[in-house]
Amino acid sequence: MAARTFTIDGKHVSADESATILEAASEVGITIPTLCHLDGVYDVGACRLCLVEVTGVPKLLPACTTRVAEGMDINTDSERLRKYRRMTLELLFAERNHVCAVCVANSHCELQTLAYTLGMDHVRYEYTFPRWPVDNTHSLFGMDHNRCIMCTRCVRVCWHIEGAGTKNVSGRGARSQVISDLNQPWGTSETCTRCGKCVMSCPTGALFAKGVTVSEMERDRTKLEFIVTAREKKQWIA
Amino acid sequence: MDRLKVATVWLGGCSGCHMSFLDLDEFLIDLADRIELVYSPVVDVKAYPAEVDVCLIEGAVCNADNLEILHTIRKHTRVLVAFGDCAVTGNVPAIRNQLGLRNDENVLQRAYVEGAQTNPGVPREPGIVPALLPRVMPIHEAVHVEHFLPGCPPPADRIKALLTQVLSGTEPRLEGAQLKFG
Amino acid sequence: MVIDDLIEIAEKEKAARKPCVVRCCMAAGCMSSNSQGVKEALDRAVKAAGLEDRVEVRGVGCMKLCCQGPLVQIDQEAPGATVEVQTIGKGPLYEKVTPESAASLIETIKGGSTDVSAADPQHPFFTQQFSIVLANSGIVDPERIESYIAAEGYHALHDVLREMTPKEVVDALIKSGLRGRGGAGYPTGLKWATVAKTASAQKYVICNADEGDPGAFMDRSVLESDPHAVLEGMAIAAHAVGASQGFIYVRAEYPLAISRLQTAIKQAKQLGLLGSGIFESPFNFSIDLRIGAGAFVCGEETALMASVEGKRGTPRPRPPFPAESGLYNSPTLINNVETFANVPAIIRKGADWFAGIGTEKSKGTKVFALAGKITNTGLIEVPMGTPLRKIVEEMGGGAPDGGTIKAVQTGGPSGGCIPAAALDTPVDYDSLTKLGSIMGSGGMIVMDETTRMVDVARFFMEFCMDESCGKCIPCRAGTVQMHHLLAKILERKATLRDLQKLEELCDMVRSTSLCGLGQTAPNPVLSTLRYFRQEYLDLLREDALGPGANGHSSRTTTPAPQPAGGN
Repeated sequence: MAARTFTIDGKHVSADESATILEAASEVGITIPTLCHLDGVYDVGACRLCLVEVTGVPKLLPACTTRVAEGMDINTDSERLRKYRRMTLELLFAERNHVCAVCVANSHCELQTLAYTLGMDHVRYEYTFPRWPVDNTHSLFGMDHNRCIMCTRCVRVCWHIEGAGTKNVSGRGARSQVISDLNQPWGTSETCTRCGKCVMSCPTGALFAKGVTVSEMERDRTKLEFIVTAREKKQWIA
Repeated sequence: MDRLKVATVWLGGCSGCHMSFLDLDEFLIDLADRIELVYSPVVDVKAYPAEVDVCLIEGAVCNADNLEILHTIRKHTRVLVAFGDCAVTGNVPAIRNQLGLRNDENVLQRAYVEGAQTNPGVPREPGIVPALLPRVMPIHEAVHVEHFLPGCPPPADRIKALLTQVLSGTEPRLEGAQLKFG
Repeated sequence: MVIDDLIEIAEKEKAARKPCVVRCCMAAGCMSSNSQGVKEALDRAVKAAGLEDRVEVRGVGCMKLCCQGPLVQIDQEAPGATVEVQTIGKGPLYEKVTPESAASLIETIKGGSTDVSAADPQHPFFTQQFSIVLANSGIVDPERIESYIAAEGYHALHDVLREMTPKEVVDALIKSGLRGRGGAGYPTGLKWATVAKTASAQKYVICNADEGDPGAFMDRSVLESDPHAVLEGMAIAAHAVGASQGFIYVRAEYPLAISRLQTAIKQAKQLGLLGSGIFESPFNFSIDLRIGAGAFVCGEETALMASVEGKRGTPRPRPPFPAESGLYNSPTLINNVETFANVPAIIRKGADWFAGIGTEKSKGTKVFALAGKITNTGLIEVPMGTPLRKIVEEMGGGAPDGGTIKAVQTGGPSGGCIPAAALDTPVDYDSLTKLGSIMGSGGMIVMDETTRMVDVARFFMEFCMDESCGKCIPCRAGTVQMHHLLAKILERKATLRDLQKLEELCDMVRSTSLCGLGQTAPNPVLSTLRYFRQEYLDLLREDALGPGANGHSSRTTTPAPQPAGGN
């Protein structure tokens, strides 16, 4: 344990050397937009929304996987970063079929919230309108690939918190998708424990509890927090 | 000062955005003093006027008629506002795009043949059903659009916020939750 | 195995050499045009002519002039002369040999004549080559370790194990100035030093043989022609950094390279050149093959290591770099095929010798695969700093059928197009970077005036779009949109605003992607825009250049223009 002092957006901050930029920023109330990050599971640096500028480093660095260092001068918000973040969101909206008006997660969606928070009033790229299926074979949950942003939070909670290893990714590029077991209908999975952590972790309307309709899919992240606390601190409290 | 010439049109949409417009309630009375509604589904004017200041466009571009009127509007209007999610994103009308090539034909079959209870058959006579475009578009894919007013429908206060900004001559700028889709 | 054994094998091999060696190319290029059949016909003809005592028909690796394959070279000594290594490769090199014409080549040994044409040995394609990596290519039999040993093979490994400390080896590499031949050009010695100084009981050495750039076949040729050089290079590296296990990650699309490597590893193990206590030193080193399943991204080192571990081949953010935490979280040295293939020669001939070749910052040679609109398609190895013009015009013979070279694409989908006007640029890491391209792994695709540059950009973007692993958004979704915009331009449906959108996306994808694939995916677009912008503009819609089409902002209250196809 050694402390490091550095600045985030001009603020003097100190944090343990093991902290990521994202953690250190959140400690001092600076919010960096994220989609693939989820407290309690390891980070993959995939969504690129949390990229920040560090003085003296030519490349942008992902705040979720970059550790703080002594004397770092971090900038989490600039014209350039805002532009890239908005473009990233536009690319996501154009990539699959995110029809907020008829989505189970409407008003409870991290993608939707980020879009308006970051000022995305329309998408400049042509929508690709791919045809993705909805897997409704599971008795409790459904998976709508149209809404999936491939953040892989569900995959990570399934492997690293539940330990079931049901969810995974197949294919590549724009055709990559979240699958169950050996790319089979979720309902036929023999490894799924029906714990619902994947549903709780999903930022959009891709994973949902059966029976909910438009705007009804609210996540209860405290259920995940409970498990994470139990794992990390060996305490059965959230 | 001349009153601002305002138009509203309804392309491929459910008219929910216009309903929300009517939800402006007493602000409509203010508005009546400050704008001149020159063309709209709620006024009885058949042809799009030659010079319009602001046009709110509801709905996505779904068929040949939509596209034609949109080009007319663009030609005769200073400021276009994409009014609601269908105009901004394509929204529900664009879901048929997921059906891929020839989705327009599939949609017609579904509506006029599979769903028909009497006299199944796609009406092909000219002037009955305008030709569906192979791909439903948000309006900015077809013409240049100045402002975007998302929402399904945009709540009345959001419409009011934008109109107030337009009327006061300031650059309309919606922010935060005022830009929420859905 | 001790050094005397090695020398004995070499001597025995040399003693058994017949006065006439008929070398038949058995690398993938010539084999695809039936050099296997040619070799069998040569064997039959030798037998029929009763020349078995005098003539050896040897399957060898690439003889470089791939477009004229199958290639056969006949080196013949005057009766009674001793065969010297130097005379090998001096005989006539016959082109496009068929099983039917093979017998007539054997006739020439007895003084007969043949209709088969031979390449001009004085052509710059041959005279301007400088072979280090390809020194054994086309000479040794890649399926016989004795053949490699006779060409001084494994002597460097012996010297390193018995006479040099690991630090001396690393220092030699640093002094040689060798830089990574995979494309990025990171100093090899520095990389070795970083791995060497980590304190870890387990370290790994990986050879990246996942050559995937369209048009590139240098590494494949090295593996098919001289696999032992790579094994020896890896073993030397392992000794230098303190690793005991090596992996070669080779793509499944290279079945011949895989089989030659398997043979080579087996033979090296049998002779004790891989395994435990090599050359009776405490050094143990094994090499295993890992076969890639066809994903381009697995050439990216972190994705490659994930794949070796049996996981989905996707990259992860660096740091940590593989040198600190790589395969199975252990320090890992990962170098490309050509880099390793340079190592035995550097040890044998000395770092100073190597550092004397090339330019100030780019030492040694580079192997290039010449392809596209060029007369002499094939492999060349030239000193760093050789002007591009010499490579494509003199050695490559320029565009075929009297065409004019318009541009040269280097670095594959990560690289760029160098216009004809810049052909006098010396080929080294820094000059190519300055031109907006990269050295890359060595693919060189030549284009003539019939090539449309927007087509080229679209082709490479399609490649990147298909090969994006899908992990990070800019690369996964950005390449799709860039490809769409390029296709729209080619369909003459795009506006100037679309072009601006394309450039904006290029900047964004380059700056925000997770790995090298995405970060470099815009390069072919950016470099063609830089040198051939007019070709893009010429393809835009006629109304695209109207007033107001430029500098669009969605937030303006000024009277708007009416270009269809807007924001």
